[in-house]
This record gives sequence, C-alpha cells and structure tokens, in this order.
Amino acid sequence: MTALAATARHARYVIAENPVTGFAFALFVLIVLAAVFGPHIVPYNPLSSDTAAALQPPNMHHWFGTDQLGRDVFSRVIVATRLDFFIAVASVALVFLMGGLAGVAAGFFGGWTDRIVGRIADTIMAFPLFVLAMGIVAALGNTVQNIVLATAIVNFPLYARIARAEANVRREAGFVEAARLSGNSDWRILACQILPNVFPILVVQMSLTMGYAILNAAGLSFIGLGVRPPTPEWGIMVAEGSAFMVSGEWWNAFFPGAALMIAVFCFNLLGDGLRDMVDPRRRT
Amino acid sequence: MAHMTAVPALSVEGLTVEFRTRSGIVRALDNVSFSVEKGETIALVGESGSGKSVTAYAVMGILDPAGRVTAGRAMLGGLDLLSAKPSQLADVRGREIAMIFQNPRTALNPIRPVGRQIADVLIRHGNVPRNEAPAQAIEMLRAVGITDPVRRAKAYPFEMSGGMCQRVMIAIALAAKPSLLIADEPTTGLDVTTQAVIMDLVSDLARDLGMATIFITHDLALGGQRSARIVVMHAGHVVEDAPTKELFAHPRHPYTAELIAATPDAAASLDQLASIPGSLPDLRRADLPNCRYSERCPRKIDACVQPLPRPDPGATHIVACWNPLP
Amino acid sequence: MTVLLDVAEFSKLFPVGGVPGPIARLRRRFAGGPEKLPKVYAVDDVSFVINEGETVGLVGESGCGKSTLVRALTRLIDASDGSVKLGPRELSLTPSRDFARDPDRARIQMVFQDAGDSINPRFTAFDAIADPLRRLRKMRGKALTQRVETVASQCGLPLQFLSRFPHQLSGGQRARVGIARAIAVEPDLLVLDEPTAALDVSVQVIILQLLQRLKHEFGMSYLFVSHDLSVVRLLCDRVLVMYLGKIVESGPAAEVFAHPLHPYTQALVAAVPRLGENATERLRLTGEPMSPIDPDPKVCRFSGRCPRGTDACKTAMPALRRFGNRQVACHFAEEFLVQPKIAT
Repeated sequence: MTALAATARHARYVIAENPVTGFAFALFVLIVLAAVFGPHIVPYNPLSSDTAAALQPPNMHHWFGTDQLGRDVFSRVIVATRLDFFIAVASVALVFLMGGLAGVAAGFFGGWTDRIVGRIADTIMAFPLFVLAMGIVAALGNTVQNIVLATAIVNFPLYARIARAEANVRREAGFVEAARLSGNSDWRILACQILPNVFPILVVQMSLTMGYAILNAAGLSFIGLGVRPPTPEWGIMVAEGSAFMVSGEWWNAFFPGAALMIAVFCFNLLGDGLRDMVDPRRRT
Repeated sequence: MAHMTAVPALSVEGLTVEFRTRSGIVRALDNVSFSVEKGETIALVGESGSGKSVTAYAVMGILDPAGRVTAGRAMLGGLDLLSAKPSQLADVRGREIAMIFQNPRTALNPIRPVGRQIADVLIRHGNVPRNEAPAQAIEMLRAVGITDPVRRAKAYPFEMSGGMCQRVMIAIALAAKPSLLIADEPTTGLDVTTQAVIMDLVSDLARDLGMATIFITHDLALGGQRSARIVVMHAGHVVEDAPTKELFAHPRHPYTAELIAATPDAAASLDQLASIPGSLPDLRRADLPNCRYSERCPRKIDACVQPLPRPDPGATHIVACWNPLP
Repeated sequence: MTVLLDVAEFSKLFPVGGVPGPIARLRRRFAGGPEKLPKVYAVDDVSFVINEGETVGLVGESGCGKSTLVRALTRLIDASDGSVKLGPRELSLTPSRDFARDPDRARIQMVFQDAGDSINPRFTAFDAIADPLRRLRKMRGKALTQRVETVASQCGLPLQFLSRFPHQLSGGQRARVGIARAIAVEPDLLVLDEPTAALDVSVQVIILQLLQRLKHEFGMSYLFVSHDLSVVRLLCDRVLVMYLGKIVESGPAAEVFAHPLHPYTQALVAAVPRLGENATERLRLTGEPMSPIDPDPKVCRFSGRCPRGTDACKTAMPALRRFGNRQVACHFAEEFLVQPKIAT
C-alpha cells in the first residue's frame, strides 16, 4: 500500500469518526465548487448595475437583495468566492514555500542560515501584523498580487518557526544518520527525509492561515487598501454595505459578512480535522 | 513457607483489566493473583505485553483512562485498593504504598528542585512539620547515597545523571516510610554498574524499613537476584509463582523454561540459546483460549483447552498449566 | 589475519557548550577570556584493529565515548586527531560531509540501536532497504526490487511486510529491516550499536543468531557495541573495554569475562546479574566518574573510584600494556594476572 493510499484510508476513517470534520470537509467542497463554477451559474451579472432596482430587500428575484447600485447581492457574494478563495490559496502556498523552506533550512543547517532566517523573522514580528500588511500594500499598490504577498510576508515567521523546530528535532534522528550512511547528501536528506515529515504539520497550519488570509484581505479592502470596486470581494462588500446598516438595509453587509464567517469557520474546522489526520500517534 | 496466617502486605486476587481501544477491547489482564508478605521482596517478571506494568498501575489506581478493572481485588491491609474511594486512595498512596518508575528523569517534576519534591511528600504523608521538612529531605538524600546532599537538594532533575535521578525518586518514594514499594523497571536505561548499586540500595532500605517490595522487570536474571519469590507473567496471566531458587532449578511451566533457555547468561554459546516459539496472541481476540500460551506451547495436550487449574491455596510453587514439566 | 580497520591514536574532542558562534568569538578576543576553550575528551588516544571476519565487541558505560567513537568510525563525524585506515586507505583525509558520496561509503555500514527511530516514519520497509541501494549502487526498477526482496528474505522478514510502515511492525521486524538495510550493500565492516537493547529476550536470541549466520555467509567483520556483557560474550571474538574515552582492557572475549584484569572490568563483570545467583558481596563502584573535561593527563581516569587505587595512580597515567593476547591499562595488572579477583 502506498503512502498516499494509506493516508486516504486514514482520512476516510477520521472523517467517519468525527462528523464535525466531515461537515467541514463537505462545506469546503461547496466553497471550492462555488469558486470554480460560481461565475457561470449565478443568475445575474455581478457587475451590471440597475439603479432602478437599487436597495431591494431579499425577495424572490434577488435572494440576497440588491445593493445601492442595483446589483444582485447573491451573485456578487458567490462570484466573490473565487477571488477570496484565490487570495487564500495563493497566500498560503506562497508562505508555505517561503517560510517552510527557509525554516527547514534554518533548522537543519543551523549556523548562519539559522541566524539570518531568525533575524528576518524577528524583524517581521516587530510590527503589528495588520499594520505591516497595510504598509506593504500601501507602498506597493492595491493589487491582488500585493495583497497575497503582504499576507505571505506577515505569516512568514510562524511557518519558519514551525518548520525550523520540526527540522531541528529530526536533524538528530536516527533515520537522518542512516540516510547519511546510505549515501544521501545533505540536500537530498533535506528534501527526501525531512520535508516529508515537516509537510503534514505545516498543512494543518496552512488551513488555519487560509481563514486568516481571507480576513486579512477583507480587512484591507474594508479600509480601502485592498481590492478596488467594482470587483466583487467580500471585504469591500461589507465595507460598502456597512454604510447602509444604520438606515436598515442590512442585507448589503450581512450576506457577504456571513459568507466570510462561514468560510473562515470551515477552514478552521478543517484544520482541526487535518491535525487529527496527521497526528503521529495515528494507529492502523 | 506456605502463605501464612499473617496478613500479607498486598494480596491481589483475580485481577482482570481491559482496555478500550480503536481497534477493539484488549484483555490485558485475566485473573491475576499473587501476594506479597510483609517485608518480602518478590519479582514480577515478563516480556513486553505480559501485563506486568499494567498490574502495578491497576493496583496503584493510575491506569490509563481507557483501562478498566472488570474484576478482582487488591487488598492492602484491610482496604481494597480497586474499589476504594479517591480520598482513601490519596491517603494510602505515598504513605502505605509507593511506586518508582522506569525513566527517572521524566518521572520527576522538571521545574522543582529535588529537595522540595522530597519535602512535599514528607509534609503531605509523613506528618512532618513544614519547617522541618527541608532538613529531613536532605537526610533522605544522604540515605540514598547522594554526595553533598545540601547542595544537591537545590538542584533540578536535568542537572543530575540518570543514576542520581533514580536515587532521588527512591528518596521520594520512601520518604513517608511506606509498607510496600512497587518498582517498575527502575534500572532500565541505567548502566549495569549503576544498576547494581541502585538495586543494593533498594534492598538495604527495604530491609531497614521492613518494607515489602514488588520488583517488576523483563530481566529474569536481575529479578532473581534479590527476590525471595518470582512471579512469571505471560500475556496477562500468571503462569508460575515459586521461590526463586526453585524456579531456576525446577521451572515447571513451559514458558518459564523457555525464558530461561533464551536468556544469554544461561547458554555457553549462541547456538545453545533457544528462542521462544510462536508469538504473543492478539489480546483483542474474542476467542482467546483459556491458556494463552497453549497456541505456542510444545507441550500442549487436549486437556489444555479447559480453564486453567485453580491454584492450591497452601502451595508454594504455583503453576498454571495442565501439563507442567515434572 | 588481515587487518580490515586500523585505528591509531584516535581522539575526538568537543568544546564545552558547543562551538562558539561569531559573537562569542569576538567577545573572547576583545573582552578576554580563557586562552583555550575547555574541551570534553570524548575519545582520547585510542588504538585498536579489527581483522577481517572478526567480531570485536566494544563495551563501556554511558559517557565512555563508544557512541562518539562509533560515529567517527562510520564517518558521520570527523576525528580531532589520529588515523583510521580501511585497508590501505586513510579515511580521516576525507571530511565526513563528503564521505556520503565516496565510493567506499558502502564498505562501512551501521545497524542502529533503536530501529524504530532509525527508519523514516514516512518510508515503508521497502523504501528503507532500497535507499542505500538506490544511492550507493544506483540500482533501479526490477533489479532493485529483486535485491530488496532477496535481502529481506535473508534477514527473515516476510515479503508482505515490505509495504508496511515502521509503526506497523513489531520490534523484532523493525530490527530486521535495519539489518537488511545495512547489509544490502554488502559492507566489509558492520557496526552494530546495541542492536538488541530494545528487544525482548526471545526476540534477541533470534536476531543474534541471524547476525551470526549473516556474518558467516557474507564474511563481514562486526564491531558490536553493547553494554550487555552477556550478549557480548556470546557473539564476540575479542572485546575492548572503554572508560571515559580510553581503552582500559582488551583481549579474547571469553577470557576477559572469565578473568578480568582491569579493576573497572572486574566491577563491570561483577555487576552483571547471573541467572540463579543471589547478589552476594560484590565489587561495587562508589561515586561518579570523573569529569571528561580537560582531564589531567597524568592521572588515571579510574582513580577515585578504583578499589585498588593508590597515590601512584594520580601521578602517572597507566599505559595500555600487552600481556600475551591481553592488553590492560593498569599499574597493578601483574597482580590481577596471577590472582583472579572474581570467581565465576
């Protein structure tokens, strides 16, 4: 049985045992489907405005109502899934590569590598994280790429630290010495022996970071430093909709806010489930 | 010497323990019975999976939460430890019955100086006034052979060697002068010279305090060195219970004989060593045979399917076997 | 007998507290400090040979330096001083980090103490055994699979277990995987670092008999490191006894254990529990070993704990002297030659 098949079987077992994880996993699939197929299945064009139909409460034609420009809120919320999900996935992938690799190298080689990575992480941690994200986006410009970059940079110390700790522990392990005896060079040991052991632990963290990344993007959009209108994105929609809360048009801000909440909730639950799955104490 | 009319220090009767696990119920112990007289030292010997540590943990009431005692009693004096209330247990543990563990460094509190850890026991169980406890703790350190006890009392476990940590653990265990000490593989991981010294120490202290000792080990030779009796366990059963000399001279249970034959010291050359055929039965099976050794036993006969023979109450050499060696 | 491994005046020292970093070095240079860093003399001036086809035992307690010596011999770490010759070749000329790619890498292999720890938890047994074959013998595909299966069978590992992970294998099976991996590349010298320490007695017998058989079949030499004297006595032709970085005694295994000459060996042999024997009056070592940091080269390392020690032991380090096929580093060796201290 290959490693993959064993993991899949264990995954099925964990999901079966813990219904909450199963629920989170189903929700995750739903979100992915919305991101992939959303723009093709929504009833209205999320960008087309129809001021005559502005600020309608939820009704049969517009399930989530319309916003101040007459755009269908439901369509916008679903289409925004793609953008927010992309930001989450891209940020997490980037920070995993940057932080994970830097941390593993620092933990395994020690010496100057460790010192340099440590100082970089310390510098980043010296700033309040959101302020730093704001600063990076403000300096580099309001694009989706920069939001992704800012999120990745802000999370770098966490991943570097986790990866470093795991690599450090395993550096002394018997199997690393055995690998040297078998003719593996240091780099090969890092790639083939250490990384596969560190990866599962980072994956758990990645799921949690996805939730944070979405919130981060939403937060930046909320203060005007994120995605620009009219692009549908949950954060901007909440920002624009908040102005109408007081006058009673709650649906503008509520539905994108709820979508945010559900997505983050799903990723966090998924992280818990993943932690169960990769726990080294797993038994057959 | 048959089991006398005097009350034994500890009498375990019919102890049966199960563990609930993901893959089923593990019948870890089945009808385990033995006793220790006051002041006597016995060895509980078995390989991994024999249940010897589980027995100790059950008696002390520190079984893993997944474990349950489903039958049996453990009589310490007049008190059944297995059905005692938590408050009764808390009184008895430390004062009447103490335990030392395998890995001394991890069994000690890493962030508390060792002198204070001993003092804690003295205050809680030894009825020693708070202001006198530190001085007595230093005396205990001296009694267990730690040099410069005044300075060492302030040290932390990580500053001490494995042998020293084990001595500290013995000091903690004996601080309140219990009547029974359970030592669970206390010298595994220690050098053989340190092991000898630690074993001597425990023996000497036990003799001075008139303390009964149950010494748990997988090393048959080590177990036999300082015990009056040896109880051999296999797969959750007691298979043989006999005075030490007699066990080595005339082992009656086939497993005991095989264990002796597999121990390196017994053989003059490698070819003379014999391994034990077969392997441990899976204790999760619902269809475990009455004799858990029967499936790997070369002396198996038809009678072996019945429940194991009841031990003769007055016997000194107990064998749980229908076809024991003569 | 042909010499396979020749170790001469080998030493390995470690700076106390690890190698100083750049800040510490700067601080020492400008703010002053001790001239030389205090060092731990893990292995101090050790010399011995291993012949072809021989099993040499290395015995000693924690802190004696055997782990360090073993790691240096297998080229996982570098020596501080001295020479290690494999056949005609001087191994210490190649730094340890380059030795992984060396053509002679396959000639020295090791079986580890904790088989579970020495196999990558993400590797199957097959992967673990195949790794050295892939790296050192460049084997692939069908040839690789065949070789792995052959070696696994030779080590008594049923083929269906090859697809299992370490946590799915029993202790004995893991030990077999560790051995299979080590012999797969047909080494000349196999170093065994307490290979049966974590195993039950019944499993230990099987593994020891397996090791014996493999040695005869493949003509390897063994360096068998163990603290279990009973096992060493069974398996080894010769034995070296180490204490605090130095060899204190060596000779044929059976003789050393029957008639130990060095007081430390005597205490060691006396401490081993014997089946059926009570622990009667024995040689007991009191106190703790002396510090391995910058030891005085004129003082015998065992003085202070030695029951035979006198003031003479503090003025001159006893040299390893030869008495027939025995070697002892003790001023009073002659006494012990004549009068055995321990009756067996």
